[in-house]
Amino acid sequence: MKILSKIYTALIFIFLYAPIFVLIIFSFNDTDTSSRTQFSGFTLRWYERLFQDRYILEALLNTLIIAVVAAIASTILGTLAAVGINRMKRLPKKIMMNITNFPMVNPEIVTGVSMMLLFVAAVSLFGGRSLGMASLIIAHITFCLPYVILSVLPKLRQMNPNLFEAAQDLGCPPVRAFFKVVLPEIMPGIVTGMIMAFTLSIDDFVISYFTSGTTQTLPIYIYSMTRKRISPEINALSTVLFVCIMVLLIIINVRQARDERRAKKAEKERVV
Amino acid sequence: MMKKLVSLLLLAALLCTVLVLPVSADEADGGWDFSEEYPDAEPTGVTINVYNWGEYISNGTEGSLDVNAEFTRRTGIGVNYTTFDTNESLYSKLAGGGADYDVIFPSDYMISKMIAENMLEELDFSNIPNFEYIDEQFRDPDYDAGSAHSVPYTWGTVGLFYNVDYVTEPVTSWSILWDEQYKDKILMFDNPRDAFAIAQMRLGFSLNTTNSGEWEEAAMLLKEQKPLVQAYVMDQIFDKMESGEAWLAPYYSGDAGVLVEENDSIEFIIPEEGTNFFVDAMCIPAGSAHKAEAEAYINFMCDPEIAGANMDYVGYATPETAAKEYLEPETVENPIFYPDEETLRNTEVFVNLPAETSALIDTLWAEVKMGGPGDAAVLIAIIVVFLGIYVAIIIWKKRKHKREMM
Repeated sequence: MKILSKIYTALIFIFLYAPIFVLIIFSFNDTDTSSRTQFSGFTLRWYERLFQDRYILEALLNTLIIAVVAAIASTILGTLAAVGINRMKRLPKKIMMNITNFPMVNPEIVTGVSMMLLFVAAVSLFGGRSLGMASLIIAHITFCLPYVILSVLPKLRQMNPNLFEAAQDLGCPPVRAFFKVVLPEIMPGIVTGMIMAFTLSIDDFVISYFTSGTTQTLPIYIYSMTRKRISPEINALSTVLFVCIMVLLIIINVRQARDERRAKKAEKERVV
Repeated sequence: MMKKLVSLLLLAALLCTVLVLPVSADEADGGWDFSEEYPDAEPTGVTINVYNWGEYISNGTEGSLDVNAEFTRRTGIGVNYTTFDTNESLYSKLAGGGADYDVIFPSDYMISKMIAENMLEELDFSNIPNFEYIDEQFRDPDYDAGSAHSVPYTWGTVGLFYNVDYVTEPVTSWSILWDEQYKDKILMFDNPRDAFAIAQMRLGFSLNTTNSGEWEEAAMLLKEQKPLVQAYVMDQIFDKMESGEAWLAPYYSGDAGVLVEENDSIEFIIPEEGTNFFVDAMCIPAGSAHKAEAEAYINFMCDPEIAGANMDYVGYATPETAAKEYLEPETVENPIFYPDEETLRNTEVFVNLPAETSALIDTLWAEVKMGGPGDAAVLIAIIVVFLGIYVAIIIWKKRKHKREMM
C-alpha cells in the first residue's frame, strides 16, 4: 500500500512537472528550424536572442506592469468590498455575492467582448482614439476582483466579531481598530487573493485579446507567432520566469522557517 | 507578509526592467550601421501604430538590422509595433473599433475584402517614391486593381514538402496527397482557403470560383482524403516533417527554405497543376491619424537596402529586384524562394469571395473536419448518457434520504 501511494504521488508530480522540464530542455536546443521534438545539441543562443529581442521584452514589461497594478488595485477594492459585504444583512448579502460571482462563471470570451464594446463606446464618447494600457488594467481589475473578495470573506467570517468592538471599548478609534485588529486577522486571505489576482492577470489571454487596442501583452505576442513558429526564445523566457519564481519561493520559505525558529528560541528563553 | 509580497512583486518588475534596459543600449550592433549616410533625426513626437504578422520583421537579434529602430532614428517618428496571427484577427480588431492603427500588413484576399468595405485609405504615392522599386509583376494585382491601396511587402507560393527517404517515386502532382500507400503520413492545412485550394487545383477549378457546385466537388475530394490524413495542422508541420513522423505536407514556401536546408531528406516542389500565389502587403486603415508618417514608413520599408536586410532575416521573398543584391546569392537563385516565371504563370492569387460563398466554404469545411452529420449522433449519445447518470444519482440520493428518514 505504501509503495502504491508513493507511485501515485510520483505520477502526479510527473504529470505536473514533465511539461515544464521538456520546455526547459528545449530552451537549450541548438536548432535552426525551431524544432520542438528533436534535440540537436546544447546552446545558450536562445537566451542571448531573448535579451536582444526588444518586442518580447516590451510585451513582458507590459504584462508585468498590468499584473502588478491590477493585483494591488483589485486587492484594495476587493478587501474593502468584502468588509462591507460581511456587515450586510442576509438577503442583500446573498444578492451581492451572486452579483460578484457572476463574472467568474461567465465565459471569458463574453466578458472580453462585452468589455471591448463598453470601452470602445466610452473611448469614442470622450474623444479618445484607441484602447490600450488603461483599458487593459481596468479589465484586469474587474475580472480579478471576485477572486479577492472570495478569498477574504471566509477570513472575515472566521474572525471573532467581538475583537473589533473590544478594541473600540479600549479606546481605539474605528479606523485605527480596523488597521490594528481586523487587518492582521484577515491578512492571509488578502495575500492569497493578491497572489491569485497577480497570476490570473499574467495568464489572461482572452479578455486581454479583446481589450488591448494597440498595446501588446506577452500571451498575445506568443499567440501571434503561430503562423511561423513559436521561437525557442519563448522556452528561454519561460525558463527564466520559472527559475525566478522558484528562487523567490525558496527565499520566502527559508525566511519563514528562520523566523519561526527565532520565535521558538525566544519563547524558550523567556520560559527559562 | 503583505509588505514582503509587494516588495517581491516590485522586485520582479524591476528585474525585468533591468533586463530590458541594456538591450536598447546595444541596438546599434551588427553589420548594419547607416549613421554616416543618414544622420539622426530630431524626434517628432509622433508615434505610429504598426500591426504586422508575428515574427515577420527583422528585429535586431543576432546582428540583424532592427528595422523599426532604424526608421525611428532616421525620421524621428516613433513606432509602436504589435503583431497578429491571422488575417481574420486583424480584420476583427479593425472592424471592432478601439484600435488605432496606421500601418497594417494584410494578405491579398483580405485586402480586397477591406477595400470593398472601405476600410483602407488610398495611398498618396508622392510620399512613397520607393514604389518605383516594386517589380512590374506585383503592380496592379487582382486583389487591388491599380495598386491604389497597397504596397507589396513579401510574396510566396504554396508547395509540397516530401521526405525522400520514404517517398521514393518522383513527386510531380498534388494527387500524391490522395495516395493510399502514404496513409497516416500526410498532413494538410488547417485553414479552409488553403486546404480547398489544393483540391481545386487538382480538379482544375479556379481558386476564386463562385460556383457552389465546384466548391462542393472540392469538399467531396477533401472528405475522400480525410482517412489518409494524419492531422490538419499549421506550424506543427515543421516538427512532424523534421522528425519523420509525416512524409508529405503542403506549406508556404517562405518558411520552407530552412527546413530543406537543414534536413537533407526533405525536398520541396511546386506541383504541375499550379498553385496559390500569395502576397502580404502594407496598407493604411481608413481614419489613420498619421497618414503622412505611415506613408513615410511604407516608403522606408520599400528602400531596397532595408527590404533586403529585412527579408534576409524574415526568409520570405521580396517583390523588389533591387533588394536582391543585399541578399545572399544562394537565396536569390533558390527556386523555393524565387520560382521561375513558367511556374509563376501557373499560379493564382486569392481574392475576396462574396458572403454566400464564404458561408458555404465555412459549412463545407466544418463538414470535412467533423465528418458530417454522423458525429451528431455520437454527441447526442454522450449527452443522453450523462443525463442518465445524473438522473440515476438524483434518484439514488432521494431513496437514501427516504431510508434515513424512516
